[in-house]
Amino acid sequence: MRYLPLTEADRRAMLAAIGVGSIDELFADVPASARRRGLVDLPLAQGELQVERAIAAMAARNLPAGSGPCFLGAGAYRHHVPAAVDHLIQRGEFLTSYTPYQPEIAQGTLQALFEFQTQVALLTGMEVANASLYDGATACAEAVAMAGRVTRRPKAILSGGLHPHYREVCATYARFNGAQLDLRAPQPGADEDLAALVDRDTACVVVQNPDLFGELRDYAGLAEACHAAGALLVVAVAEVVSLGAVRPPGEMGADIVAAEGQSLGNALGFGGPYLGLFATREALVRQMPGRLAGETVDAEGRRGWVLTLATREQHIRRERATSNVCTNSGLCALAFTIHLALLGEAGLRRLALLNHEAAIATAERLAAIPGVAPVGRHFFNEFAVRLPKPAAPAVDRLAERGVLAGVPLSRFYPEFPDLLLVAATETVTPDDIDRLECGLREVLA
Amino acid sequence: MTVTGNRGLQLEEKLLFEQDSPGHCGVDLPAPAGLPNRLGGLERTRPIGLPGLSEPQVVRHYTRLSQKNYAIDSGLYPLGSCTMKHNPRLNEKLARLPGFADLHPLQPVSTVQGALELIDTLAHWLKALTGLPAVALSPAAGAHGELCGMMTIRAALSARGDARRRILVPESAHGTNPATAAACGYAIDNIPNNPRGRVDLAALKARLDGDVAALMLTNPNTCGLFEDEILEIAAAVHGAGAFFYCDGANFNAIVGRVRPADLGIDALHLNLHKTFSTPHGGGGPGSGPVALAAELAPFAPLPWIVHGAAGRDLVERPEGPAAASIGRLKAFHGQMGMFVRALAYMMSHGADGLRQVAEDAVLNANYLRARLAGTLSQAYPGTCMHEVLFDDRFLKDTGVTTLDLAKALIDEGFHPMTMYFPLVVHGALLIEPTETESKASLDQFADALLALAARARGGDAESLRAAPRLAPRRRLDETAAARKPVLRWRPPAA
Repeated sequence: MRYLPLTEADRRAMLAAIGVGSIDELFADVPASARRRGLVDLPLAQGELQVERAIAAMAARNLPAGSGPCFLGAGAYRHHVPAAVDHLIQRGEFLTSYTPYQPEIAQGTLQALFEFQTQVALLTGMEVANASLYDGATACAEAVAMAGRVTRRPKAILSGGLHPHYREVCATYARFNGAQLDLRAPQPGADEDLAALVDRDTACVVVQNPDLFGELRDYAGLAEACHAAGALLVVAVAEVVSLGAVRPPGEMGADIVAAEGQSLGNALGFGGPYLGLFATREALVRQMPGRLAGETVDAEGRRGWVLTLATREQHIRRERATSNVCTNSGLCALAFTIHLALLGEAGLRRLALLNHEAAIATAERLAAIPGVAPVGRHFFNEFAVRLPKPAAPAVDRLAERGVLAGVPLSRFYPEFPDLLLVAATETVTPDDIDRLECGLREVLA
Repeated sequence: MTVTGNRGLQLEEKLLFEQDSPGHCGVDLPAPAGLPNRLGGLERTRPIGLPGLSEPQVVRHYTRLSQKNYAIDSGLYPLGSCTMKHNPRLNEKLARLPGFADLHPLQPVSTVQGALELIDTLAHWLKALTGLPAVALSPAAGAHGELCGMMTIRAALSARGDARRRILVPESAHGTNPATAAACGYAIDNIPNNPRGRVDLAALKARLDGDVAALMLTNPNTCGLFEDEILEIAAAVHGAGAFFYCDGANFNAIVGRVRPADLGIDALHLNLHKTFSTPHGGGGPGSGPVALAAELAPFAPLPWIVHGAAGRDLVERPEGPAAASIGRLKAFHGQMGMFVRALAYMMSHGADGLRQVAEDAVLNANYLRARLAGTLSQAYPGTCMHEVLFDDRFLKDTGVTTLDLAKALIDEGFHPMTMYFPLVVHGALLIEPTETESKASLDQFADALLALAARARGGDAESLRAAPRLAPRRRLDETAAARKPVLRWRPPAA
């Protein structure tokens, strides 16, 4: 087996050095009834060529999003990732290192995380950010739990415009950790009056910008209402590229930002692995979940970085930790930070504008189709439209022609069968928009 | 000292933010058309503050940073309970096939049949290896898998109207175990070890009653020992009406040789980034599928894959067969990129190779034990499984600590072992070589460690306390970092 370096001669010599006659003696503590004599009923070892053929055959039974026009979003976005990103994250020193527990020989990972934290804080307009969580949805659930710890209040109010998976993950966590959730019903295109719901039991209000339906919202008033009542405002961001064009949650008064970072540096990958961004105010940092890289000096006074504030974490605090999170999304965070380093201020702003313009162009073309009506008014790179027919069958028929037309909202909410979510990024070409418009006209005719 | 601060190939590298050349960009993008925006007055008005760099500057920055990292690609990485094994590059190649990497999670199910087949195939392998009938694949990491397991257990108990409040956790457990149980709303009861480094069966039985929801046990445990009374433990737990959860972080020791189901385990998470070699990536991403007994399977998290007339389908709402599901644990369908890598790893090894993995992992650990045990103080005598635990008795009166010895290993070109964990022995040194180390590599490590121990016992505490001297940084001041946290770069005051 190509990954196992011991030879039969090595094994014999090592057993002799240990002083046992066979490998079985080393498994003597296993109860006899649980010792398997033969092999598990699975195929035997295969060479690289054979494994590659078998798995590539499965890949070939899928339709890659980039093989035709792709207008899918709803929490996962198809962007162009510069070639340098994947090259750099595949360097073995990044790819095959562990959590930086020995900082003297992990400065590469630690400095990159420190830079990542800085970028996330700047993008979200917040003071501090952690070194990433699993994804946007779990970051959101962690934000709800943190708001409960900070305010010592039980209730979280979740906007109907929050991504349904984020809502569902919060609901799963809440079912077991005792948080009370007020899950507001989704109302596509309508304004919610969440401020009126905030009371003395409210730990936080959770909203999303742009919301599930693509609508951009100003939450400054809601932030004021929350703070007046002693509650926190949590803002989720599912499309982080929007922060290149849109006023960040920090400037609206958010206390915690929970975002999905996939759009920068990371492939669609059928939904994972992604990375959760988590940012907050400096005063709340000791209630924050997840790993943190911090600056310090070494014994010679040289600047360096370490994991810090570990007394919040499970390996020190055990059942009193702020979260059970151990692993983060290190390599996804590295891809994010490299992509953002390449873009820089000018690049991110331009990328965001290109996304916005692609969405405007797409929205205008779709609005010209008889019976198709826009649901909202202000959006970044994604918007909802009402179709004259159910959206899911229309999407299926377009997929047969190689056009991924968008996400039918019925995939989340059966009560909205005729709504279609359409996202357009910088990867969308004028020809893609033509094919979407023509295809939709045909299947709706 | 050099003029630059560089030392040969060790290059000092400023922060990105200190290399800003405003207006520079490492990506060429077309000019926007200048359409009137539809942002509704919410456009960003202030600069973000991101630095501008060209592509060569960025490539050099991260290349230099990478060279400050130790990695399994560069050498032995004997972190106990972390399973730092070789990461095959075939797996990276396959995960990047457009048929997986360029799939949107919400594409019509008819266009992702191969992806669902891969997930199903992975589940089949995990079921065969654990002997358990169901696998929940969505958890994003080991601790997330623990959460999934404890939630299904609590849901199963609730469904039978049995509101139990306590979880038993051995003192040697990973910190994630008690943290998870607490996050799931449970109180934690710590169970002591016996003098042989295993769970104290009598103490366990004394704590078992109708209020105990589950035992969370790691097996092999974090002392590197197989829980040899595990069948009695399982019988006692089940006899009290509780569930038996196993932390599968150390599955590498038994894969292909022991099926957890045959030990009486009801739920077990598997870290694909440990046993199944998906790269650790400097701290993630991981993947933590959970194998479940039939009694727990109805409560598995969403989504589920089911077989229908038109092929495989996804159940994404708690209805139909998934009506009792605990719900969703993360967005979308799980860590697909990790699934591809793990399946490629398993198919490469096959049933025969996986069994050999466990045997070589245990052989390598015992070989190191045999080479070191005459000098270092083994915490519990006898053979070990895939990792060997020493305490710091051998450093008594030398003035040298476990930490000093670990840091001195850095100067010798090795990543240190896990230090000060598990907490049940003093000054723990937990060494897990894994099966992907050659005998020559083990010998070199043992020679270095024995020489360092000899230096400590020969009165040379000074040089060990000053280690590391040759790494990119000397010891870093962690106390100062925590006292006044600096968690981001800020522009220098003008």
